[in-house]
Amino acid sequence: MFRRVQRPAPIVTEDSAAFWDAADEGRLVAQRCAACGRLRHPPRPMCPECNSLEVEVVELSGRGVVYSYALLHHPQHPAFEYPVPAVLVDLDEGIRIVSNVVGVEPGDIRIGLPVHVEFVPTDGEHQVPVFRPVDADESAAR
Amino acid sequence: MSSPAFGGIAAIAGIGQTEFSRRAGRSELQLACESITAALTDAGLRPADVDGLVSYTVDPVEETELVRSVGFPEIVYSSRIPYGGGGSMGVLLHAASAIASGAADVVVAYRAIRARSGASRFGSAKTSPSPTSAHSGTTAMQWCTPFGVLTPASWMALNSTRYMHEFGVTSEDFGRAVVQLRAYAATNPNAWGYERPITLEEHQESRWIAEPCIHLLDCCQETDGSVAVVITSAERAADLTATPVRIAAASGAGLFEQEIATDHYRPDLSVMDGSVALAARLFDRFEISRDDIDAAMIYDAFSPILLMQLEALGFCAPGEAKDFIADGNLALDGALPCNTNGGLIGEGYIHGLNLVVEATRQLRGTAVNQVRDARAVLVTASRTGAVLAT
Repeated sequence: MFRRVQRPAPIVTEDSAAFWDAADEGRLVAQRCAACGRLRHPPRPMCPECNSLEVEVVELSGRGVVYSYALLHHPQHPAFEYPVPAVLVDLDEGIRIVSNVVGVEPGDIRIGLPVHVEFVPTDGEHQVPVFRPVDADESAAR
Repeated sequence: MSSPAFGGIAAIAGIGQTEFSRRAGRSELQLACESITAALTDAGLRPADVDGLVSYTVDPVEETELVRSVGFPEIVYSSRIPYGGGGSMGVLLHAASAIASGAADVVVAYRAIRARSGASRFGSAKTSPSPTSAHSGTTAMQWCTPFGVLTPASWMALNSTRYMHEFGVTSEDFGRAVVQLRAYAATNPNAWGYERPITLEEHQESRWIAEPCIHLLDCCQETDGSVAVVITSAERAADLTATPVRIAAASGAGLFEQEIATDHYRPDLSVMDGSVALAARLFDRFEISRDDIDAAMIYDAFSPILLMQLEALGFCAPGEAKDFIADGNLALDGALPCNTNGGLIGEGYIHGLNLVVEATRQLRGTAVNQVRDARAVLVTASRTGAVLAT
């Protein structure tokens, strides 16, 4: 369906650029401390475990489960269709991110739903990660 | 750890406010001037007596303009607590520690807000926040914007749904708290909800803001107005016009990865564990028993966080706030009369500080919904809090 306004572009900062740059390429990534190996999200310049500034950017599996959700009804913004299915996804690697679910009726969203990542466009020709339920066969094989 | 030395040394000597409305028709600066001078009059003090100003972030009032307007001749102590409304009770910590240390003699804490009629409604959908949060503590806002998660209600809904899931809490459980708050507001002439109590059915029929946790009537009221509080030493306050209310305990407590409103990264979001830490500071370190608390004023931006804070603060076990409320314990004859002005939901959202004004009135014995023989009242806002006492 044609939408007059696209979803807002991500706000890219010096500290978050690696995450959003990867998303533009269709990759879901996180920071990993090059010294102690700790994964972290949201991105930050220093490892809170060992205070190292050395950081690697690693690609994640894109798989996780819905930790929580809400169907957002109001107030509304023209870039979105309502209700907006907002979710917190706990990724298999132990990282939590805010996102949306796609490909599911609002009433079927539930905590614990297995999901995997895909990418949708935003304003300014960026893209951001959203999540689609893993189908039952695929889920059983995990 | 010994009890912090400033406990009980400082006292609230004056309170003041403007009317609360949906369109103040004048600037936040003017509103602040009006409430501050009212609070000074209440205390029997003059602007020349004031040497400290404390506020918290998301405050549009410039200190220099306030000084120039009210006519403070010399300010020696100024601070602004981070974390927005979550920092609102921190003004009591800053004022009390400044007074106890001798850094200041008379401190004014204030908040002026046009949450309803201002340039941007407080709860409106904002799509282009700056990457930083103006020190509101809501830094993860930048991770929410591309997903349409644009408002305080939507940020907190994610925590609230998890809380419901974990403990079998329902929207009706939140509604029973709102019915009590609106019953208090109905008898409070200052309140948005004055003479307008609601039923649980009306709560359930109000439209969804965020399903399955937040109906319209679960939300605080975006309000225009200002309140101010004058704090000085208990010794000096005893010689002033108003009945002094001591700051018996005050603290802040914020945990690793905790945020305000967008608090999505702590491991277990069904517990407000920052408030658990805050309660340990207030009760354990200051050696105050929860049994001594006669009433509580708890930051109720949305009803789910009222239940979650009642549990985190230790007034009921995790998951049991719904039963505590259903049993009538938030009422005047209950175990913990709570938000007796109607709270931010029923009276109005002066960014939390109106709860301090209500706590002061309770301890003076002048509240419209007066708790009998109130001697100690807890005021909290997620990560800051205080115990006020006669």
